[in-house]
Amino acid sequence: MNKIIAKEYLSDKVVRFEVEAPLIAKSRRAGHFVMVRVGKKGERVPYTIAAADTTKGTITLVVQRVGKSSEKLCRLEAGDFITDLVGPLGKATHVDLLGTVVCAGGGVGVAPMLPIIEAMKKAGNRVVSVIAARSKELLLLEEQVREHSDEVVIMTDDGSYGKKGLITDGVERVIQREKVDLCVTIGPAIMMKFVAELTRNYNVPTVASLNTIMVDGTGMCGACRVTVGGQTRFVCIDGPEFDAHQVDFDEMLMRLRAYS
Amino acid sequence: MSDYLKAERAEEWREALRKSIKNRERTAISRVRMPEIDPMVRRHNYNEVNLGLTAALATKEASRCLDCVDPTCITGCPVEINIPKFIKNIERGEFLKAAKTIKNTNALPAVCGRVCPQERQCESQCFYTLKLKKEPVAIGHLERFAADYERESGTISIPETAPANLIKVAVVGSGPAGLAFAGDMVKLGYDVTVFEALHELGGVLRYGIPEFRLPSEIVDIEIDGLREMGVKFITNCIVGKTLSREDLIEDGFQGIFVGSGAGLPNFMNIPGENLVGVLSCNEYLTRVNLMQAADPDSDTPLYKGKKVAVIGGGNTAMDAVRTAKRLGAEQAAIIYRRTEDEMPARVEEIKHAKEEGIEFYTLHNPLRYEGDGQGRVQRMELQRMCLGEADQTGRRRPVPIKGETVWMEADEVIVSVGVSPNPLIPQAFTDLEVTSWGTIVVNSETMQTADDRVFAGGDIVRGGATVILAMGDGRKAAKSMHQQLQCTNRSN
Ligand SMILES: Cc1cc2nc3c(=O)[nH]c(=O)nc-3n(C[C@H](O)[C@H](O)[C@H](O)COP(=O)(O)OP(=O)(O)OC[C@H]3O[C@@H](n4cnc5c(N)ncnc54)[C@H](O)[C@@H]3O)c2cc1C
Ligand SMILES: Cc1cc2nc3c(=O)[nH]c(=O)nc-3n(C[C@H](O)[C@H](O)[C@H](O)COP(=O)(O)OP(=O)(O)OC[C@H]3O[C@@H](n4cnc5c(N)ncnc54)[C@H](O)[C@@H]3O)c2cc1C
Ligand code: SF4
Ligand code: SF4
Ligand code: FES
Repeated sequence: MNKIIAKEYLSDKVVRFEVEAPLIAKSRRAGHFVMVRVGKKGERVPYTIAAADTTKGTITLVVQRVGKSSEKLCRLEAGDFITDLVGPLGKATHVDLLGTVVCAGGGVGVAPMLPIIEAMKKAGNRVVSVIAARSKELLLLEEQVREHSDEVVIMTDDGSYGKKGLITDGVERVIQREKVDLCVTIGPAIMMKFVAELTRNYNVPTVASLNTIMVDGTGMCGACRVTVGGQTRFVCIDGPEFDAHQVDFDEMLMRLRAYS
Repeated sequence: MSDYLKAERAEEWREALRKSIKNRERTAISRVRMPEIDPMVRRHNYNEVNLGLTAALATKEASRCLDCVDPTCITGCPVEINIPKFIKNIERGEFLKAAKTIKNTNALPAVCGRVCPQERQCESQCFYTLKLKKEPVAIGHLERFAADYERESGTISIPETAPANLIKVAVVGSGPAGLAFAGDMVKLGYDVTVFEALHELGGVLRYGIPEFRLPSEIVDIEIDGLREMGVKFITNCIVGKTLSREDLIEDGFQGIFVGSGAGLPNFMNIPGENLVGVLSCNEYLTRVNLMQAADPDSDTPLYKGKKVAVIGGGNTAMDAVRTAKRLGAEQAAIIYRRTEDEMPARVEEIKHAKEEGIEFYTLHNPLRYEGDGQGRVQRMELQRMCLGEADQTGRRRPVPIKGETVWMEADEVIVSVGVSPNPLIPQAFTDLEVTSWGTIVVNSETMQTADDRVFAGGDIVRGGATVILAMGDGRKAAKSMHQQLQCTNRSN
């Protein structure tokens, strides 16, 4: 049982939780996730650790309400307990001094991107963050992204804020303008697929953080498997980050629809 | 036979019992049949199939046992239960004493009586099997009877524990290996904490083996017993992730036992294996058993296929296919590349599966899966096989019959072709020695790893074995860790 210390709405459908989890706060690194279960009949669902505070012993989760399980979680209030929470899981982001890193986060993907932006900056990289949403109200965490980025490009589908266009337009502009050494992308699978296609054309190494269906999150079930470079890999233990140019996104999109 | 066993066999009551019925009469009794739920009924529910022996049936079966001078049955049991002693206690009606005898060496008798492959272990070495060429004494059924009797009597004996010695030891994983280790160490007075990655305890006993074979209530009661003896359990804690080896040492744990199991499912790497509807046996059984996905109130989704094919011939495959039938599959089939004789599953499970209407396609092996427009599996191509030469293990190798393939419809395929060791601990504990299979190397006498504070046993060492072998490892490790810790703590 982990206590929720604070809850805040980042948008209509996105909630930020600060949850007591001292051991996880201490051992987690950028890129790690946790499995969460709400209620005795709840399912185990993965969420990225968006931030951690080791002195308070808390971790931050940013949750988008999309279906049954995220809805159940979003209904909890500060003071309530999460039935089960386990982590940190997955491999941490490989952080290195590379030069210029473009961090392309779409929708709720900006939240899991935040610790990566922070870590990349800390390692001495020039960080250009391209964050995107359908419209202004849905844009998340702009302040926090600015704090750790050298430059921020904002894209909205409807042009209600930043520049009008898709995230790929924003990324392409940066690539055309300067040498980019690495692109990291997190967001809906379809978005990551198009970012990967774009950066492949420009030979920019790209890492995507995959959000497949999971059950245990510890390598036991294989529900999370994806094909990367022709080989089957498990997102929960081999990932969640993979070379985006090697990922079979079409297969992943198909598998994401397994239960819908 | 050890002097100890001899002395016990010479006890007056045993002598008297031996004399009370002639061996000729004993061997003339035919083996008891386990009462079970009718196949037509049970294929629609999740209740335990085997109903257990009545006291009358158990006593009669116990009287078949000859209380041999050389009880070879004991050598077939990995934890060397004093089999004739417990059986003779049943014969004379001392059921609680029978249970106590078993518990001396086996911490989970209600579990082993149900899931041990007895025909390959104790019962294979029974005098009846070896010398009389008759059906062996039903040791497993009798073990289950004694354990169930004790549990239902409400007078479960909680084994005595030595005075607390305040030495902390950690256990990674709450499967049979970890539970057996924890039970022995707490008896010796240690302060034992079991860390479990999942939200429920029991390892495969919980997430793998279904209710109709091993009700989870039984596992719960065994775990409660350990808790009463003082074992602490911490769920949702992954050693190597949530806590590192160093964290444990810093927290004062002087020894660590790793029983993290063989959790990683194998796939065959054939075309179409990642289609929707093709899943590992672990995924299927975890959804159903751990997450209770078949319960309409459960949030975990479950796809219930109408034509389900399960690839493999082990216990896992039998559990999956029988589960599928219970969840409403019109057709549930086992696809296995060898013949029934080579199937690793327990004989009883194969028999039960057949009675429940499971179809068996032996000497068939999948080549590819094909999906519909939505990427959902629809059919598969099977290669016909025949048996060739024996391989190193003595099993005849399956060989494809050139050109002979068939197509079979399937809207759900459950791949059950083995598991590999869980890689979490081998990755996180850097001083361990690990084989190319991913199993942890231990000294087979002491179960100690290359890291002298760390011991290991069960599937993480054996790469997939049995409940009782895992428990035997846990007990062996407890004994040698105890010796080591006594030395270090005395010299401090
Ligand atoms: C490594 C990782 C990190 C993630 N981080 C975040 C995050 O920080 N914030 C966030 O909002 N979302 C995150 N997600 C996605 C999040 O897990 C899903 O949005 C969530 O599981 C959807 O559940 P639902 O029942 O609310 O949605 P629905 O869309 O109703 O899901 C329908 C069904 O699909 C299945 N399903 C779909 N996606 C998943 C999934 N990823 N895992 C398990 N089951 C799934 C479930 O079985 C569910 O019942 C992450 C996913 C992964 C794999
Ligand atoms: C479906 C199925 C049916 C079977 N049927 C039979 C049968 O009928 N008879 C029989 O004898 N055998 C059977 N077996 C085999 C038997 O269950 C195993 O050999 C036995 O359970 C192994 O025990 P273990 O303690 O080594 O590991 P497990 O039972 O696998 O337990 C390992 C536990 O460790 C946990 N863990 C892993 N890593 C960590 C970590 N880093 N930190 C914390 N916890 C961790 C896991 O979550 C798990 O709970 C069956 C297996 C399966 C899968
Ligand atoms: S523990 Fe298993 S092998 Fe040993 S006597 Fe019991 S059923 Fe037989
Ligand atoms: S070998 Fe068979 S008959 Fe002899 S003591 Fe063992 S169980 Fe009884
Ligand atoms: S979620 Fe089960 S193996 Fe990855």
